[in-house]
Amino acid sequence: MPSGTIVTGVIGSDTHIVGNRILTMALEKAGYKVVSLGALTPAADFVKAAVETRAQAILVSSLYGQGELDCRGFRDLCTEAGLEDILLYVGGNLVVGKRSWEETEQTYRAMGFDRVAAPGTRSEAVLEWLAQDLSGQEA
Amino acid sequence: MNAALLIDFGSTYTKLRAVDIAARRLIGSGQGPSTVATDVNLGMHAALEDLERRAGKLPRFRYRLASSSAAGGLRMVTIGLVRELTAEAARQAALGAGAKLVGTFAYRLTQSDLQKITALAPDIVLLAGGTDGGNMEVVLHNAAALGASALSCPIVYAGNRAAADEARRHLAAKTALFTDNVMPEFNELNIDPARAAIRKVFIERIVHAKGIDRAAAAFDSVVMPTPAAVLEGARLVADGLPGARGLGSVLVVDPGGATTDVHSVASGEPAPGVIPQGLPEPRVKRTVEGDLGMRYNAAAVVEAAGSAVIAADAGIREEEVKTLVENLSANAGFLPATADEKAFDQALARAAVGIAVRRHCGSVKTVYTPTGPVTVQHGKDLRGVEALIGTGGVLAASPDARAILKRALADAREPLALMPAAPRLLLDREYLLYACGLLQSVEPQAALELALEHLIALDQELADERTGHG
Repeated sequence: MPSGTIVTGVIGSDTHIVGNRILTMALEKAGYKVVSLGALTPAADFVKAAVETRAQAILVSSLYGQGELDCRGFRDLCTEAGLEDILLYVGGNLVVGKRSWEETEQTYRAMGFDRVAAPGTRSEAVLEWLAQDLSGQEA
Repeated sequence: MNAALLIDFGSTYTKLRAVDIAARRLIGSGQGPSTVATDVNLGMHAALEDLERRAGKLPRFRYRLASSSAAGGLRMVTIGLVRELTAEAARQAALGAGAKLVGTFAYRLTQSDLQKITALAPDIVLLAGGTDGGNMEVVLHNAAALGASALSCPIVYAGNRAAADEARRHLAAKTALFTDNVMPEFNELNIDPARAAIRKVFIERIVHAKGIDRAAAAFDSVVMPTPAAVLEGARLVADGLPGARGLGSVLVVDPGGATTDVHSVASGEPAPGVIPQGLPEPRVKRTVEGDLGMRYNAAAVVEAAGSAVIAADAGIREEEVKTLVENLSANAGFLPATADEKAFDQALARAAVGIAVRRHCGSVKTVYTPTGPVTVQHGKDLRGVEALIGTGGVLAASPDARAILKRALADAREPLALMPAAPRLLLDREYLLYACGLLQSVEPQAALELALEHLIALDQELADERTGHG
């Protein structure tokens, strides 16, 4: 049974909360403590929540096409707050325009996200990632 | 006669209210100077003599309850982790307990922070940080730092429960009290246990430390700090009691010499479709505007409102405002004498009340999203508040309290501010709200009826004046 605290929410001026809710339910069912910030969450609020709750991972959703702008500097915010080692995942509708998935994934990786979920990624896949990444961290 | 004496050991005056419990009647009021710095008994005796002079021979009192804001009030420092989260929750807890906040700190305390805290010489330090099971490092660092410091005041721990045992060891050499976390879960406010712990420390230690218990022969107990008594009074008149209706949601404003206090008893939930942001708001909330006072902080009020605005509102020249402000700051006991001075004084009160209530109330803003505009709310939505109550000496003495209170109402020029739209306007002319806040601890029913009966409806008063019934 996995354990640990995960912060999640929908970043920026984005109101698409449904996918994030489904993910939250799956995470809770799997045994994680989930701090769910909901829609319209500024980047800084993810970081503040993670500091207070000593979260191991932040899972960011973005579905409205502006994710790249909203997520810029996210890793720096974490580092600034003393969360150098926190896991960062991002997922949703991240591909904008004619860019390929590979290119998009590379962009977010370069921003410091550990995992970048392509559209259609199932919650089981996210749970698997977490299991892998967190076991590595605790060792 | 079944009577109660309700005492406020204030910073300037010792105030008394004698009430007949059975008849729900105010027997009389008395006032003496505040003499905590020398011997609290002197002011108490003077106040009792004054009361006797006005009310005649005093009955034997069944209860003699006191509140205190003397000797600087309950000076508190609060410490949390993230400024907008546990540090804010700790602030709310301290304000709700009736404290005067002298410093708020967040994250790891540095050596210079510790020096500042020691220099502030607080009466109580409230230490929070981390949700339960969340961050422990920072609250433990801060507990260790406080434990090793020269600070001698009591420390109330209301941080991460998982870190409490270790924090206890760090604070072994101090007087420390452990209570529930002010934020047990992320974004969940739990300030009542911390409020209760602060009040306990206040009653058991601070009353003695301030020398108020030297007058112990004259009262039974000091129940709470005066601002907490006003807050309890507000809660009582708002909520009522089982079987006795209150006023419903209430906003209380108390402009004073140094600060302006605002209390609200209302859920303040966002309207349907509006998205709340930030920490959930306490239903019973107190804010203190430390820069808005009628005497010590008159200059700050003028600065916040703009001297041209004050001048226009008072009907005086702007240069005159400057002279008057200098006068006031130099002489806190100033009583306005000339017509201009009086007009200026009232304009100051109107400005202080308007700004203080504006800050207490929440606001909305529109965020444009690709799916259309969305309204988000910060703070409490108090547009629907049913009663707006003015209390304190400034309002009681004002020739036009209604004009002052009206500044607390929603203004079409500021549509984003969630201020009361159409409440009843009430005045606590006898300054009984604090007294009823004290009395409710022993005689809630009498306290409620007494408070409600002595709130004067300003709308009604105005209507009476117009028809000649006043």
